Amino acid sequence: MGEPTHAVHVHHAPKGFIRKYIFSTDHKVIGIQYYFLALFSVVLGMLLSVLFRLHLAWPNANWDLLGKLFPTGMAGGLMTPEFYLSLVTMHGTLMVFFVLTTAPQSGFGNYFLPIQIGADDMAFPVLNMLSFWITFVALVVMVMALFATGGAPLSGWTAYPPLSALGKISGPGEGLGQTLWVISLAIFCVGSLLGALNFITTTLNLRAKGMTLLRMPLTVWAWFTTSILALLAFPVLLAGGILLVLDRVGGTSFFIPAGLVVNEQLVNHSGGSPLLWQHLFWFFGHPEVYIAILPGMGVASQLLSTFSRKPVFGYKAMFSAMLAIGFLGFFVWGHHMFISGMSPYSAVAFSLLTLAIGVPSAIKTFNWLGTLWQGKIQFTSAMLFAIGFVSLFVTGGVSGIFLGQTSLDLYLHDTYFVVGHFHMIMGVAALFGIFGATYYWFPKMFGRMLNEPLGKIHFWFTFIGVNAIFFPMHIMGVAGHPRRYSDASNFNYLSSMHPLHEFITVAAIVTATAQLFFLLNFFWSLWKGKKAEMNPWNATTLEWTVPSPPPHDNFGGKLPVVYHGAYEYSVPGAKQDFIMQDSPEKIIEAT
Amino acid sequence: MVGLRSGTRDAGQIDQREDVNMGLAIALVLVLLCVVSVIMFSGHYWWFPPLISTYTGYDKQFMLTLIIVAIVFILAQLALGYFVWKYRDRAGRKATYVEGNNTMEVLWTSITFVIFIGLGILGQRVWAQFHFAEPPANAMEVEVTGQQFQWNIRYPGADGQFGRTEAKYVDESALNFVGVDPHDPAGKDDIASINRMVIPVNQPVKVLLHSKDVTHSFFVPGLRIKQDAVPGMTITIHFTATKTGEYEIPCAELCGLGHYKMRGILDVRTPVEYQQWLKKQASQE
Repeated sequence: MGEPTHAVHVHHAPKGFIRKYIFSTDHKVIGIQYYFLALFSVVLGMLLSVLFRLHLAWPNANWDLLGKLFPTGMAGGLMTPEFYLSLVTMHGTLMVFFVLTTAPQSGFGNYFLPIQIGADDMAFPVLNMLSFWITFVALVVMVMALFATGGAPLSGWTAYPPLSALGKISGPGEGLGQTLWVISLAIFCVGSLLGALNFITTTLNLRAKGMTLLRMPLTVWAWFTTSILALLAFPVLLAGGILLVLDRVGGTSFFIPAGLVVNEQLVNHSGGSPLLWQHLFWFFGHPEVYIAILPGMGVASQLLSTFSRKPVFGYKAMFSAMLAIGFLGFFVWGHHMFISGMSPYSAVAFSLLTLAIGVPSAIKTFNWLGTLWQGKIQFTSAMLFAIGFVSLFVTGGVSGIFLGQTSLDLYLHDTYFVVGHFHMIMGVAALFGIFGATYYWFPKMFGRMLNEPLGKIHFWFTFIGVNAIFFPMHIMGVAGHPRRYSDASNFNYLSSMHPLHEFITVAAIVTATAQLFFLLNFFWSLWKGKKAEMNPWNATTLEWTVPSPPPHDNFGGKLPVVYHGAYEYSVPGAKQDFIMQDSPEKIIEAT
Repeated sequence: MVGLRSGTRDAGQIDQREDVNMGLAIALVLVLLCVVSVIMFSGHYWWFPPLISTYTGYDKQFMLTLIIVAIVFILAQLALGYFVWKYRDRAGRKATYVEGNNTMEVLWTSITFVIFIGLGILGQRVWAQFHFAEPPANAMEVEVTGQQFQWNIRYPGADGQFGRTEAKYVDESALNFVGVDPHDPAGKDDIASINRMVIPVNQPVKVLLHSKDVTHSFFVPGLRIKQDAVPGMTITIHFTATKTGEYEIPCAELCGLGHYKMRGILDVRTPVEYQQWLKKQASQE
């Protein structure tokens, strides 16, 4: 294992507000910028979901106030079906791209990857700044799509053509809004691609002396693996997005076959294949699921170890499992397409590979339990969210065993069972990773502690809330409720499920409201929180060896030397119950 | 340097009573999660519509998966709850320094591999029946064409031949939704129906699935099947309905603003009633 070193030099913080906080090349500032971008997106995405949940529970209720807010989508206080679909589409897009891809990887990864490996910045600081601002532009364009004339896009976050490719004739929301949607995603791809390049180079080249690969914290392994996925997946979506824009505005026919009659109009396209988009989209889209969840896995491992005061159980198995998940993740995209019309023979291969991914996922769960076993568990807010992560990961994981089987997918595909499944695992499990990371690293990032009692209230509302929201969806899926229905009252067999819709909506409103505890805590603590020590959790990794917040160049011009693995807790014979990675203290092997 | 770092524990310092309660609370909530899950999945308050299909293996495979998954789920959640409660920070408690256990790693990896892949292999049986087996020779043919937001059903009529179709012949005012070529004699006796697919009970049916505009999905919950209708493709599926009655056909692939009201009816009748219906339709054509 190589031990790369590089020249030590002191960076001086740039002067002036704009260079320091806006167009900053400091990975820490950029990490915080990404975090706030995600925070804005998650609040917006959540509000949109509450709106469409209101409609699902009470489709005929009159919301006068909302009618004033959205004069077209909710004319007279009633939600139109197209506005419902737009809300669903924008909710999914904002959450998947601008929250789940952004906060755990680009946010925390940017801030902590360099510090955790003992580097003074990313390998390419200017590129890093560029990545953020490209992502920012993508968000601006996406928000513009929400307000586009002709309606916000409504073909879902997966945007299947021909619906998404045909333009205005296929209905409302398929005009300018859909074009902006595709352009935004294409821009987002570029930002993520550059970010991934930076993460990989930084991890490989800028590790401090002694920071061998096998001493890297599992968070670094997670960000590193995620970057490889992003590097290979985003270019494919970028290509798909460009082709889709060309179909929409350039008259090409990549995804539009011949002989379509849409709304009684003959379509002048020929030769394309709707399935081509699905292949390109899911070749990206499945690794994307892991891009969202892998950093959460890293964070969960870090937190469970820290607050159990024990080494991560099976460290090697843990990062190997992550690499295996990442690798296999590229060969399972077809499980989104079992019923799409692709070859049913290839479906069998995709199915077996999908179930094989369950194996490294189970390995991770077993090792998390092993980490807790015989520990000395401290229930900080961060730890509660890590424990919640494991529970949600199990719940969201086991439903995948159903969906991964071709036979069972014949019925469950595109029902609420799928909605429940992916929200549990890539939605809220990943979100619990973000929350856990926030409670854990906030003191380091902002120099102040978050309020613990508020954090615990936040945890309980959120943990019970998300189970109440997403668990019943599995039952609805078993009962055959299709997803993306703005109103289920047209179908007799769906009418009995209405009480579940109402229950879910109430749970969603309560859970969404409880996020105020978090926002309140976050912004209050930012200014008024108790001052944070250098190492408030008695943790071992390098970010806890520097002041909170760290100086501009992280280590004050003197890069650390690493002597230990990342999780040396409760080492027999050690002075304290933790040995920091840069501590020269020897570990006496117990016999 | 070391002294500076260790500092005093702030928020991490928790009084013992709170730890007892927190560990217990998590354990209880996880037990509750398991209990509610078992009740919801075994009480069948909301469940599959009754099976009306020869694909009976579906329900068996679902139940087998459900039982195995339930065991895995409950064991994992309870272990989590138990560990969190049992190993909470108490006075005098010391964590054990364990870095892992290779025997355990090999053991649980092998066990999960066998279970998951085993289920995966079993999970191909209904799929094979549905996709790999040829439709029975006596299967009747029905064409289903999705459009925003209706299902167009077509029968070949007495000659057993569908008239050829072309987009330019689509004329909705003349009820020619799928564009049957008026010059093709084979199309003269074709029988068309909107949103109502009448079939005889216990009769194998082969469906030729199309879409004329965007992607739709043909879903009959009671049959336990679903298949996308993709523009530019003809996808063939087959099934046999085993109970008479009317069953809804929701569209399962987002197809635009009216997706939620794209509703067909699979109308399964006795062979005699089916023939009567067919005659009545033919006389109206």
